[in-house]
Amino acid sequence: MSVRIFIPGDMAAVAVGADRVAEAVRREAQARGVPLVVVRTGSRGLFELEPLLEVDTPAGRVGYAAVTAGMVAALADAGLFDAAPGHPAYVGRVEDLPFLKRQTRLTFARCGIVDPASIGDYRAHGGWRGLDAALRSGPDEVVGAVKRSGLRGRGGAGFPTGLKWETVRAAPGGRKFIVCNADEGDSGTFADRMLMEGDPFLLIEGMAIAGFAVGAEKGYVYIRSEYPFAIAAMQRAIDACYAAGLLGAGSAARFDLEIRVGAGAYVCGEETALLESIEGKRGQVRAKPPLPAHQGLFGAPTVINNVLSLAAVPFILAEGAEAYADFGMGRSRGTMPIQLAGDIQNGGLFETAFGVTLGDLVDDIGGGTLSGRPVRAVQVGGPLGAYFPRRLFDTPFDYEAFAARGGLIGHGGVVVFNDTVDLMQQARFAFEFCAIESCGKCTPCRLGSTRGVEVIDRIAAGESASANLALVEDLCETMKLGSLCALGGFTPYPVMSALSHFPEDFRSARRAEPAL
Amino acid sequence: MHFTSDRKAEGRGDAGSESLERAVAELRGQLGTERGELLPLLHAVQARFGYIPPPAVPHVAQLLNLTRAEVHGTLSFYHDFRTRPAARRTIRLCQAEACQARGGRAVTMAVEDRVGVGLGATTRDGEVALEAVYCLGLCASGPSAMVDGRPVGRLAPNALERLFDETAG
Repeated sequence: MSVRIFIPGDMAAVAVGADRVAEAVRREAQARGVPLVVVRTGSRGLFELEPLLEVDTPAGRVGYAAVTAGMVAALADAGLFDAAPGHPAYVGRVEDLPFLKRQTRLTFARCGIVDPASIGDYRAHGGWRGLDAALRSGPDEVVGAVKRSGLRGRGGAGFPTGLKWETVRAAPGGRKFIVCNADEGDSGTFADRMLMEGDPFLLIEGMAIAGFAVGAEKGYVYIRSEYPFAIAAMQRAIDACYAAGLLGAGSAARFDLEIRVGAGAYVCGEETALLESIEGKRGQVRAKPPLPAHQGLFGAPTVINNVLSLAAVPFILAEGAEAYADFGMGRSRGTMPIQLAGDIQNGGLFETAFGVTLGDLVDDIGGGTLSGRPVRAVQVGGPLGAYFPRRLFDTPFDYEAFAARGGLIGHGGVVVFNDTVDLMQQARFAFEFCAIESCGKCTPCRLGSTRGVEVIDRIAAGESASANLALVEDLCETMKLGSLCALGGFTPYPVMSALSHFPEDFRSARRAEPAL
Repeated sequence: MHFTSDRKAEGRGDAGSESLERAVAELRGQLGTERGELLPLLHAVQARFGYIPPPAVPHVAQLLNLTRAEVHGTLSFYHDFRTRPAARRTIRLCQAEACQARGGRAVTMAVEDRVGVGLGATTRDGEVALEAVYCLGLCASGPSAMVDGRPVGRLAPNALERLFDETAG
């Protein structure tokens, strides 16, 4: 009987040496004559422990954390191939790790566990049950189930997914499309990437269900070029599905799926810019209406959903809409894969029902800062999200609660900053990022972002601070109300939150150099 | 072999252009997609040549029934596409917030110092290019970078040697 060892092939695990660890484990097993099977999984999502090596035992998988290639010989001496404790890297049963145990993993149930290259492993772990249930029931029932589940767009806008599907289903026209937005450009977010790398068949299943529900026979997954591992994993999974007859004109769902790779433009995460990009054009935002649901890709009715929205659907179909809607609070139903990042001890993916407070996420689940310094600010929802001070840590993770506090949950990214952060510098960065990534179509975003950088520089230089602060506020108002999309329209969130919650950072006179 | 004055004026009337045209046509044939072929084709051209040679633009336009202006418009919009050959090694350092919160700015300054050029520039010998990237999705393992397409995380300011060591070969 071979020893089975699981080592993540996830990009973040590889970035800290997982490939070299896998190589060392194979070498060590060979040298000791141990029959070994290495499975490259996705990540469990507890990145401080990566590379996390897991050994299969009858009692479950036991883990060895933060393994380096240089440690492997000593690990083997200490009984790695027998899953023995005794080495400091030993963490016991992986499922019992508090960070994992406290989660409610509906969407990420398989990520880090299954072999993402194996269609059979996917089925063995409950895959395809959602699609089977959908095909048995019928398109209207599928749309009804998604509506009843309360699922809202996980890309950030929070629009009810079922309503979008219903609109596309009802739209006239023989040709419709499903587009998956996998252009996950927000800093502090990596859930889409983890899912595509660790459980790619789930996204395929979700898209096939969407296609069946609205009557679309073709889908595109638009993945950013910064995610080469996700592109490769998705392509491998799509190829496997075609080979197995689960995709294509002859499949039960009669659904074709193709990957499109982005080319380094943040704005293509905006749905209409993304559609332009698939069409081969500059990634410029379209004015709405018409909504993509009426006139989307190549002018046809189009469902465009985020990876996490589509990946939530198989559970809803397999387990029932109510099983999903049972989780959550208020109008935010189900679970949210929250991503803890920045200066935080337990950085990683934490899927949980809506309602957990920001303070619990940062201090308790996240374990505070990695550096040991006090937390000063937390940016929630990516580069267009607000900076929260500690006194707003009682805000529950919920679309409406964050909106009421002048913020947004966006795609669920939480970036923790310690007390060395300079919020004026962060406000300047928000404008600068907007200037770099603006598609140029509307004036408030294209010009406002550059003017914003200049005005902040003047404040930093101590030039008539109060007049220039008033100018920043005015500029933010113009960008918020006058921009075509969220890039220009939401850049005021980080700027204004920095200004209103951390005004002391804007008062200090005359700074010669931007602080680090 | 002879050149007409017109072809000379265009500066690409040699066999190189014909082989470029053939190469672009061949890449297009391998795309396996039907509509909206421009981005996939530009990616394929860049993968083949390391950049998008400007003389390829008219061939791309003709093959896809687009104007040169349309191709140029798309090509120039996206940060990924290069119209000049790349440096031998490319270091893309993440500049986004999650890496900033983990000391990314100090890492960038240290790497710039060691390489001798700033972000967006290439060393004079064409050896190393430094580029900014806004998020690699490694936000709990930062500061992070991509070196010649390979991810590296948990960078410290003395990172450059490690960057090259870990991505060698």
